[in-house]
Amino acid sequence: MADMNYDVIVVGAGPGGYVAAIRAAQLGLHTAVVEREHLGGICLNWGCIPTKALLRSAEVMHLMKHAADYGLSADGVSFDLAKVVERSRKVAGQLNGGVRHLLKKNKVTVIDGEAKLAGKGQVAVTKGGAAVGTFGARHIIIATGARARTLPGLEEDGKLVWTYKKAMTPDGFPKSLLVIGSGAIGIEFASFYNALGSKVTVVEVMDRILPVEDAEISGLARKAFEKQGMRIITGAKAGNLRKSADSVTVAVETGGKTEDITVDRVIVAVGISPNTENLGLENTRVKLDRGHIVTNPMCETDEPGLYAIGDVTQPPWLAHKASHEGVIVAEHIAGKHPHPLDVRMIPGCTYSHPQVASVGLTEAKAKEKGYAVKVGRFPFMGNGKAIALGEPEGLVKTIFDAKTGELLGAHMIGAEVTELIQGYTVAKTLETTEADLMHTVFPHPTLSEMMHESVLDAYGRAIHF
Amino acid sequence: MTIPILMPALSPTMTEGNLAKWLKKEGDEVKAGDVLAEIETDKATMEVEAVDEGRLGKILVEGGSQGVAVNTPIAILLEEGEDESALSAAASGGAASAAPAAPAPQAAPAPAPAEAPKAAAAPAAASASAPGGRVFASPLARRLAGQAGLDLAAIKGTGPNGRIVKADVEAAKAAPRPAAAAAPAAASAAAAQAAPATAAAPAAKLSAGIDAKSYSDKLGMRYKAVPNSSMRKTIARRLTEGQQTIPQYHLTVDCQIDALLKVRAELNGRSDSYKLSVNDFIIRASALALKKMPALNAAWTDDAMLQYESVDVSVAAATPTGLITPIIKNADRKGLAEISNEMKDLAKRAREGTLKPEEFQGGTFSISNLGMFGIKQFEALINPPQGAILAVGVSEQRPVVKDGALAIATVMTCTISIDHRVADGAVGAQFLSVFKSLIEDPLSMLL
Repeated sequence: MADMNYDVIVVGAGPGGYVAAIRAAQLGLHTAVVEREHLGGICLNWGCIPTKALLRSAEVMHLMKHAADYGLSADGVSFDLAKVVERSRKVAGQLNGGVRHLLKKNKVTVIDGEAKLAGKGQVAVTKGGAAVGTFGARHIIIATGARARTLPGLEEDGKLVWTYKKAMTPDGFPKSLLVIGSGAIGIEFASFYNALGSKVTVVEVMDRILPVEDAEISGLARKAFEKQGMRIITGAKAGNLRKSADSVTVAVETGGKTEDITVDRVIVAVGISPNTENLGLENTRVKLDRGHIVTNPMCETDEPGLYAIGDVTQPPWLAHKASHEGVIVAEHIAGKHPHPLDVRMIPGCTYSHPQVASVGLTEAKAKEKGYAVKVGRFPFMGNGKAIALGEPEGLVKTIFDAKTGELLGAHMIGAEVTELIQGYTVAKTLETTEADLMHTVFPHPTLSEMMHESVLDAYGRAIHF
Repeated sequence: MTIPILMPALSPTMTEGNLAKWLKKEGDEVKAGDVLAEIETDKATMEVEAVDEGRLGKILVEGGSQGVAVNTPIAILLEEGEDESALSAAASGGAASAAPAAPAPQAAPAPAPAEAPKAAAAPAAASASAPGGRVFASPLARRLAGQAGLDLAAIKGTGPNGRIVKADVEAAKAAPRPAAAAAPAAASAAAAQAAPATAAAPAAKLSAGIDAKSYSDKLGMRYKAVPNSSMRKTIARRLTEGQQTIPQYHLTVDCQIDALLKVRAELNGRSDSYKLSVNDFIIRASALALKKMPALNAAWTDDAMLQYESVDVSVAAATPTGLITPIIKNADRKGLAEISNEMKDLAKRAREGTLKPEEFQGGTFSISNLGMFGIKQFEALINPPQGAILAVGVSEQRPVVKDGALAIATVMTCTISIDHRVADGAVGAQFLSVFKSLIEDPLSMLL
């Protein structure tokens, strides 16, 4: 190991860490990244990307099953789960290689192993218990991410009870499935297995699925999933797992009543736990809040020279938030003056069928904050492109501050909305008002026209509805 | 093609004006050069002349309208052969092309749709009128500034490339305005502080702390609300800005002017083509002193002191509508008679409101004289970006000690207010001493 001293060492090469490393290197900082498992982190290897590959298979399958709707015929449509998973792994593998290439191109040293802080400005790296070396850096960025949160009695067993990793590399196809938790991860797996023909039940402790989304969108999502045959139980607690050889019986308690549900497999998707253990944080001034590292807007911890980004820090726990923080922290270290991240500008996406995407405040949150709001709605049914695509179900909802015309939030459900949300995110980031959005020309025929119409509707001016 | 007639910017600082009255009616034939309307600007009443020929098709902004943003279409001119049917198309098109920086057609106050926030006109105007080019601000920041009555040009942007964003406007809204008195007696305190002519009146928008209107309404005090003219608003804005941003100090000196009065009487006896006033001597003495002390003929910027190459003396003049400061340009190179005649002409036209912008904008030093009201001594507020202003009191006989004995002399007390960033106390004192020796030995002014 030639080099033992760096300007910057990044611990963790996920979407936060590798982006921070590349940006730091671009700014002329001598940079290394320590990764214990996979370049690209969970996101690329076991999260965002491989699940999108799986969901694409499910989408194609769905279309083939509905081929007749388009005047096509596709008989005997079936799937080979092993091949579907293989494709997903290949996609992840390809991108993993891409990250390695990008790091190399930017002259970022990749140190293979587990890092632990070893005194001020020192990082000790071990691999399988053996010391790799101790490296020095003026700036150390913790980007170790998070793992699936477990609940007592619902621990993953690798066979009957799964978390995300097993759920995306199943040995066999579960004919029935219980998903505990209806955030983006739970809903995406539910949607995937449901599309392939599993009998899927979703259990959510809150009173609605996708609880961070706008209530109206949550409601529409629930209806759409139920129409596809999914069973959804909200305000419910899952517990008391009784396992047999190849099935699990789960006691689901709703409103004082308990129902036993027997399924082949259970997926637990109840949130994340930050990876803060074994990092040597206990010998620093770093503060934790419910396990997550507390940072300021420039991603600095309370320990000088130590920074943290991504899932290991405060919410939202999203890959694009981590990447953005990676850029901020690198620029801050390089003495630039980056703009702090405004969490209200971070979009969120769920890639189920139908898709859900949003940015900013929900209608309820906006009202709670005391805004007088103007709300616009436009249904997919009123959009030519949506009809032509055979996707007439969905809604684009916009929320404006009645006083200033500020776009407070946008919430969508339906085909391709995860690709559309960025239009509103740009609008919000540039602080447009309803007037600018009304003046923007949207191409015809596109789904994006609904974004225009929704804004017009908020001011009583929608043309096509 | 119809031709939109836009609210003109008659001075570089003008962002809005009042459309005083129309001199042409709808349907009137118009030739280039015809006076169409009168506009009351920051400083004076100006005439709007027609540039093109045609027929006045439609008046969009009625006479008597206040606060019309620069570049707002105020009327539509029909070209030869066009009739009224061309108007409807023009109304919307004209508005859009008139305010390219405006986020919405609502920016034009004239045909305002019901929903359009009234304030939308202001931010559009602010950017449109900025002489240096666009003011970069997010649409939301523009609207918020408009709603809060804030001038975008005065707000520092912290967004990408200095763009003004929502947070900047909110910070500006929340920022304390240090100069305003916090005590409930704000109004009387401000009035007690002698300022040139009318400058003491607090501007509602600029006065922080107690809002006179809600205060008075709450206590059931009765009043007549006299709407502020553009000029009144400009006086309030400029002087508030000066008071808040300029660290100023004051130096006072007594000048004995018996010799000066004698010279004046003698000169005035020689010819009828001029009638010199004491003030004309003060202008000349100030100009000569400034020439000798260029450090005070200057303005402060963060990077450099701008020492002006010519000595242009602004002389505060009270007019029925408020304070205005016509300028004697190159006053150091003008004789007393020339200064005197020029001043009389400027003062007359100031009262009539017919000064051209260049005649009251761009002075390098100011003089404010309240001697005619019997004021003995006062401190004037600096007129930014100038570096100093001289406040002149009454000339009166006072007991003085001469050669160890009590005597009577005609004394005039002068107080200079100086921007400390521009010149330190010793420099200011030196200037006053040069000025005093010129005034007390008027023949030296001939040198």
